[in-house]
Amino acid sequence: MSELNMTEKLPVYIDIKEYMRKTRSGKIKTTAKSKGGIAIRITIFALVALTVYGFLTFDYKDIDMAKAVAGTWNNAKVLFGQPKLTYNTLAGALKELLVTFSLGALSTIFGAIIAFFGALLCAKNIANPIVSGITKSFVAFIRAVPTILWVLIFTVAAGLGSVAAVIGLTFHSCGYLIKAYAESIEEVDAGTIEALKASGASFWQIVFQAMLPSSISRMTAWTFLRFEINFTNAIAVGAAAGAGGIGFDLYMAGSHYFDLRELGFITYIVFAAVILLEILATGIKAKVK
Amino acid sequence: MPILEFKNVSKVYNNTTKALTDVSFSVDEGEFVSIIGPSGSGKSTILRCINRLVDVTQGSIFFDGHDISQADKKEIREIRKKAGMIFQHYNLVNRLSVIENVLHGRLGYKSSIVGAVGHYTEEEKERAFHILAMLGLTEQAYKRCDELSGGQKQRVGIARSLMQEPRVLLCDEPIASLDPSSAKVIMDYLEYINETMKITCIANLHQVDVAMAYAKRIIGITGGQILYDGPPEKLTKAQIYEIYQSDEGELITDAK
Amino acid sequence: MQSKQVNKKVYNDKTENNAERAPRPEKQTSIFVKRKRSFTLVFLGIIALFAVSALITEYNVITGFESIPKAVVWMAKQFIPDAKAWSRLSSILKKLAETALVSVAVTVCAAICAFFLSLFGTKTTKAHPLVARIVRIIAAFFRNVPDVVWAMLLLFSFGQNILTGFFALFFATFGMLTRAFIETIDEVSASCVEALYATGATSLQTVFNGVIPSSMPEIVSWVLYMIETNIRSSTLIGMLTATGIGYLFDLYYKRMDYGSASLVVIAIVILVIAIEIISNRIRKVIM
Repeated sequence: MSELNMTEKLPVYIDIKEYMRKTRSGKIKTTAKSKGGIAIRITIFALVALTVYGFLTFDYKDIDMAKAVAGTWNNAKVLFGQPKLTYNTLAGALKELLVTFSLGALSTIFGAIIAFFGALLCAKNIANPIVSGITKSFVAFIRAVPTILWVLIFTVAAGLGSVAAVIGLTFHSCGYLIKAYAESIEEVDAGTIEALKASGASFWQIVFQAMLPSSISRMTAWTFLRFEINFTNAIAVGAAAGAGGIGFDLYMAGSHYFDLRELGFITYIVFAAVILLEILATGIKAKVK
Repeated sequence: MPILEFKNVSKVYNNTTKALTDVSFSVDEGEFVSIIGPSGSGKSTILRCINRLVDVTQGSIFFDGHDISQADKKEIREIRKKAGMIFQHYNLVNRLSVIENVLHGRLGYKSSIVGAVGHYTEEEKERAFHILAMLGLTEQAYKRCDELSGGQKQRVGIARSLMQEPRVLLCDEPIASLDPSSAKVIMDYLEYINETMKITCIANLHQVDVAMAYAKRIIGITGGQILYDGPPEKLTKAQIYEIYQSDEGELITDAK
Repeated sequence: MQSKQVNKKVYNDKTENNAERAPRPEKQTSIFVKRKRSFTLVFLGIIALFAVSALITEYNVITGFESIPKAVVWMAKQFIPDAKAWSRLSSILKKLAETALVSVAVTVCAAICAFFLSLFGTKTTKAHPLVARIVRIIAAFFRNVPDVVWAMLLLFSFGQNILTGFFALFFATFGMLTRAFIETIDEVSASCVEALYATGATSLQTVFNGVIPSSMPEIVSWVLYMIETNIRSSTLIGMLTATGIGYLFDLYYKRMDYGSASLVVIAIVILVIAIEIISNRIRKVIM
């Protein structure tokens, strides 16, 4: 470390010692105390403590870790390294992929339409505060129920099939998109709304002339993001609720045929679809902008 | 001997965008030079070539007698220690205290580990307080930087660079985000530092009138080329228009 | 919180466009017509997508609408906790606590790994571009392989074990958080990082003195969000791997013990909402 040598050149006429805070060991303190900083520390500490506590109390059922990890590693090599279809044809798998895609599309379209009106009830800058509060709590409730449970609940009412899957997926999409759309609307410049109000515009005129134009691109981005999530959820729902699509094939390959290679092949199909979807979404989002 | 010398320096970004073309000038120790020019004319690139935040495409730069255009990692660290930098947006770590931000100026002098854990000597801390006192910030020492006003933040930025014991201060639009009275305070401090501490100052400035008032020498650039290099008194109106590529009456300074 | 996932730069400027073109009325009308036309086009596109999707999935719109009141009636009648359900409360709460702990542990472990990896993926550490690219590919891989696949794969060797769910969630979370952290770090700490490098600081020093302090609040916020998400996901993973609260729901549901199943749902809802409320409180203080 090089020496400090310019101290004497500084013309300072106040007693700086007065402003220094010392630690218990007599050194000069450097850190600032802030509520946020302390909160971060407490949060991190609590989360780590919970993690440690969790690891200590989990029921591992005397699992042989080394064997399980080695086994998984070997299986992963087969899964990702030797993909092969045995029980499905490629055409069949692609058709199921299309079904999953369609499930995602339907629930996104439904979700977006409902969420648009829901968001109008929810956005703080246009909605009645009481209505907004009620809608928000209702939406929070819908969001808190896992998608798969919505699907299973509707399966009882509507029978196993696409209806239960779509309605179940739609429920969660609504909850998610209402919150997202409402946030987009809340970011619309208050001045724009005020100006239109002053000119005597009606509620719907404000919505379609001011709100929509300035938040449509954000809303589109959200919708596409939700579509990606719905696509992955449709896979999961297909696997866990037997709602059809590529997810069901995944489930069958893994839990029925115990065929890792089949599982691998389908995984790659899904993988390719997700990436394609991402590229498509980026392209469309750029166009809307 | 000049402390800094540009010899036919060119910079091309991504093989396409020409930022600097054949720029040559030299700066003597203790000078206060102001670089003026429109946005995107290459002002920032010049400063960033000096402390090698940006690589030079062609030509050479001599800093304190050494060619630094091809410096390796270790040499770059040495250069950066000697060149303090001040930014338009202050670039402080907003969530840390003022004194911690000032002490960041010592990182270049420390081993990687010692600096990473934030260990500073008492001498360094006292020095930091001295600098803060000089800049009138002692009362803010234990505040978080996001609690400060723009002018105060820029003074912290100056304090951080002074902590480096620099030979030269590179000021990249130091007052562009400040209101006129804070801007004057900052410029006065820079002038004071230049005069009493004999630290060379190179400041990119947007405002021609500020540059004329503070700098002893003005370099005007446009499109990556130097159009004017000389004392402010000799800078003619016509030359200013040429630098800013505009016609008479179009510049805001004309309003006066 | 979720708003981070959307590119913040996507901003509409149709109104500005209009203002810009105001001096040329003949052009404005043509744009107006064009916009109307493109709106119609988009509208028709959505309808077509809807029709094709409904055809492929054999979705019946009428049954769909009918099912909602049916489901509500059914839920009101059957899907409420009965005496039998309440007697199972303690075992439900035990599984719920386990699921919550797994979610926290998964998220914390994944966050630690993701943070370390993301340092090699951001521009702020000046890692070699090739390294940064590899990191991004790794993140994309883990993010895009469905968690169902992870669950299936792990089930082979780990069996019906708590660790099966743990690792299945871990991989997906790890992928998500790595990308999120890279973006956050690039966005939040770019300016102070430049200044630290300019003082001659090394990469390690810059990470500890600039990147970590400035990005910590965002990172903690992401972790809280992922804990919430993982509780929901672990229900699904639990069904597939026969662990945690998901297994319990599946068990009751398949036995048609809907009273107990409903209590499970209520328990999950209360937990998720409680975590959301706590997270929002924490966010308010730290941001």
